[in-house]
Amino acid sequence: MRVRIDHISKYYTDRQGGQTEALQDIHFDIAENEFVVVVGPSGCGKSTLLNIIAGLLSSSSGQVIFDGVRNDSTPYTAVVFQDFALFPWRTVLKNIVYGLEEKGVNKTEQFVIAQKFIAMVGLQGFEQKYPHQLSGGMKQRVAIARALANDPLLLLMDEPFSALDAQTRLLMQYELSRIWEETQKSFLYITHNIQEAVFLGDRVVVLSRRPGRILDIVKIDLPRPRREDLITEERYLKYVDLIWGYIKDQAKETLKEIR
Amino acid sequence: MKTSTELTKMEKAIVQDKTYFLQVKAHPWLSLTSFIIILCLWEIVSRVMWIPPLFLPAPSEILLEGWGMLKNGLIFKHVFASLSRILLGFSIACIMGMLIGILIGFFSIPEAIGNPLIAATFPIPKIAILPLLILWLGIGEPPKVAVIALGVFFPMVINVYTGVKNVDPLLIKAALSLGSNRTRVIRKVILPGILPMVFAGMKLGIGIALLLVVAAEMVAADAGIGFMILTAADLMQTKKLMVGLVILSLLGIFFNWLFQKMEKIFIPWKQ
Repeated sequence: MRVRIDHISKYYTDRQGGQTEALQDIHFDIAENEFVVVVGPSGCGKSTLLNIIAGLLSSSSGQVIFDGVRNDSTPYTAVVFQDFALFPWRTVLKNIVYGLEEKGVNKTEQFVIAQKFIAMVGLQGFEQKYPHQLSGGMKQRVAIARALANDPLLLLMDEPFSALDAQTRLLMQYELSRIWEETQKSFLYITHNIQEAVFLGDRVVVLSRRPGRILDIVKIDLPRPRREDLITEERYLKYVDLIWGYIKDQAKETLKEIR
Repeated sequence: MKTSTELTKMEKAIVQDKTYFLQVKAHPWLSLTSFIIILCLWEIVSRVMWIPPLFLPAPSEILLEGWGMLKNGLIFKHVFASLSRILLGFSIACIMGMLIGILIGFFSIPEAIGNPLIAATFPIPKIAILPLLILWLGIGEPPKVAVIALGVFFPMVINVYTGVKNVDPLLIKAALSLGSNRTRVIRKVILPGILPMVFAGMKLGIGIALLLVVAAEMVAADAGIGFMILTAADLMQTKKLMVGLVILSLLGIFFNWLFQKMEKIFIPWKQ
């Protein structure tokens, strides 16, 4: 299985009939079991790209191709949203089995699968809680479990930890790295946080400010599993510096932009 | 300008909480005692004949009258007649309001057709339609039920419509990305998402239903609380009339309590 993001461009037409270019000729592949991170300054169209890949938005040109897919009911993608997007009327368990219900998986199997992912993300004991009873970090664990339980070919994550406080965010990064190693799935992770991108990714796609285009794709040659003490190491910081070099000027320009 | 010596004199200033008056204070006994005091005053005013009992009978007299009607079963006939009209009209309105509200909230073509129709008919006082309904449906039960249904329908449909519009689009996206189709989105996201608004509509609607049932029963009926009040007034039976008003008040309180309980059961995810 391989996902090809094939020359995606996206224009928005505003009310005056003017065209805004959000994405310009985005082209890269995601291999099986690969963790790809897309990083860019705010307003670079990162989320637009993710929505196009998830099938929640149409592109103006180009397409997303899943190559070599098994011919069964496996969904191509599942999304972990920044604002969790948990169903408030469903308990943790019921949220996690949502996709399985839609697939027509029987109740016992739903439960078995849910238990596996509840254990993986560390939600034991919270099964019967409602989302409003959980902290941000726990909510995002539910969202990750819900997406993984649906067994997608590609897991899409749209700045999943940016609504969390800094400490929780760090812990969740370590957790996610471990979860990725456990699941052996392809992940596409969107963030504006360079440290996070380098820590998590096999490759980092660096986008420019609007219109978002690829500045570089950086291969992160750091050992797996990624350890917490990695973030103090020279080679890690070198990658961070390299990407910051690309983004710094872009971010400065974005700062001056009039909304 | 203050000199530095003046400033040093004022060195001890205690910061006051400026939000003090905003804090909600609980007055657990005040509600009950004030209610009782008002009742007592009323009792006294009637007893000493400051106001003739024909205009304002004492609360104890009203209670006695109500007890008598309860014993001879007269009260049940009227309450039953009104309640069955309310329940029938109210249920029809709730079901129709939800169906149409979801339809015009979720689909653009029904929205384009339905919105101006609702905007045009909503402002008409429903009592004004009653003569027309009697003309169409005769003087039996149907026009009474219909006028209640019409009155409850509007707050219901408007609430449901607003509810659908306010369902978080992110939740719809999440459902779609997890494999739901359009009808499943309506069932599993829109329907639970609008429940709080449905209950708000029901609470508004029951008040309107009580109003309209009384109005309809005053026009043409042989039973019902509205009929009872009107005939009591014709015969100068002020006590009986007051019993009718008390029943209406109790019905309102009962329905409010009922809907609050139902809300707790149907919306367990709300704190």
